[in-house]
Amino acid sequence: MSEPTLVVSKIRAGTVIDHIPAGRALDVLKIIGLSGREGTRTAIIMNVESKKLGKKDIIKVEGKFLGQHEVSIIALIAPTATINIIEDFKVVKKFNVEIPEVVEEIVVCPNTTCITNKSNEPIKSRFRVLSRKPITMQCSYCGTMIAEDDLYRLIKV
Amino acid sequence: MGRDVISILDFKREELEELFELSDKARKLFNRKLRLLEGKVVSLAFFEPSTRTRMSFEVAAKKLGADVIGFSSEESISIAKGENLADTVRMLDSYSDLIVIRHRLEGAAKFASEIALNPVINGGDGKQHHPTQAMIDLYTVRELFGEIDGLTYAIVGDLRYGRAATSFIYALTLFKPLKVYLVSPPILRARPEVISLLKSKGIVFEELSKLDDVIREVDVMYVTRVQRERFPDPTEYEKAKGTYKVTLKLLEKAKRSLKILHPLPKVDEIELSVDSSEHAAYFLQASLGVPVRMALLAMVLGGEL
Repeated sequence: MSEPTLVVSKIRAGTVIDHIPAGRALDVLKIIGLSGREGTRTAIIMNVESKKLGKKDIIKVEGKFLGQHEVSIIALIAPTATINIIEDFKVVKKFNVEIPEVVEEIVVCPNTTCITNKSNEPIKSRFRVLSRKPITMQCSYCGTMIAEDDLYRLIKV
Repeated sequence: MGRDVISILDFKREELEELFELSDKARKLFNRKLRLLEGKVVSLAFFEPSTRTRMSFEVAAKKLGADVIGFSSEESISIAKGENLADTVRMLDSYSDLIVIRHRLEGAAKFASEIALNPVINGGDGKQHHPTQAMIDLYTVRELFGEIDGLTYAIVGDLRYGRAATSFIYALTLFKPLKVYLVSPPILRARPEVISLLKSKGIVFEELSKLDDVIREVDVMYVTRVQRERFPDPTEYEKAKGTYKVTLKLLEKAKRSLKILHPLPKVDEIELSVDSSEHAAYFLQASLGVPVRMALLAMVLGGEL
């Protein structure tokens, strides 16, 4: 007899974020600004079997449609994620997240003497993505390089 | 024309060669008062103290006929009242045709260039860039050896926080040095982005802690100061200081043609007796600051020297 599968009901309209690397679903929720207190119906499925990844996490959010900004931040911590837009219980759009060439505003430069960390200036952080696997980025202002492992703690939430 | 000068890496080798030819010309015209920039105003926005860079820019601008305004510390301006950098830059941009800026934060000059409509020249931003110093350094090497390619360089001292050393290393990646030795205490090694660039440009380089090991091979020794405040432990500083001191005794092992460069100010990293030796080239280097900056101002603001 096969193991019973975890059944989560379909959503009527909203977003399914699939193929999140196992264990990162809570991080994804955090960076897209969902705490659970918004009252939206949300399913968080963690560490389930995946053909592509071995194990993966899935998030289903009723009534939420992700914007470009949210999709690009997801790419930084869950580069394998796929986004499914659901309407009337059906997938109407499906796309992969993509790390942009330039990442603006979302990541804080770890260099404390970088101009982007100066308060009271009209400036946004800006990083050029040097490589995608693994992610390496370089601050366009001070030249500081960041590696994938350091990225999560530098993402503004 | 009308370009910003933020990093030496903004330049191509050919553009630097053109700048050096203009610098040769500026030296020939050095004793004449020129009118190339007559009617133009150059702002010197020095948020951090400077002697050489600020004064040589001032002399260069005046020799070309420009008027100069500016300040040389944060205390003397509205920043002390809490004004932000962006507003200060906007004001200077409306008063003048070009801004030379020095600031303690990395990226300040780039940020200023995004705000100002007129060209911005980086006179030093934190530990990151000092492009005009690098231009003078390369021009000095060209003057001494007739070429920049094919030489062995040792860059000595604080390679982590020193912007002159960093910019000189960046500058060398635009040329074809035979080999570059990066000589520093382990805690003051060049930053990851610098090493990454050297690798990607295929420059042959080696990081080491003792100058003594390579002194025989070196053609150009670029010395910078190891600052006491960089060391958490004062005894470590005392130990390190001795290792990087350039003395006549050390130079006995060097090639006769070895030349020593230093962005100045120097304190005690070069023994005083070295100043009068054939090896010392840092006073020549400092004297070339004005003509190279004249050439750069001419290039940026346009017009034939």
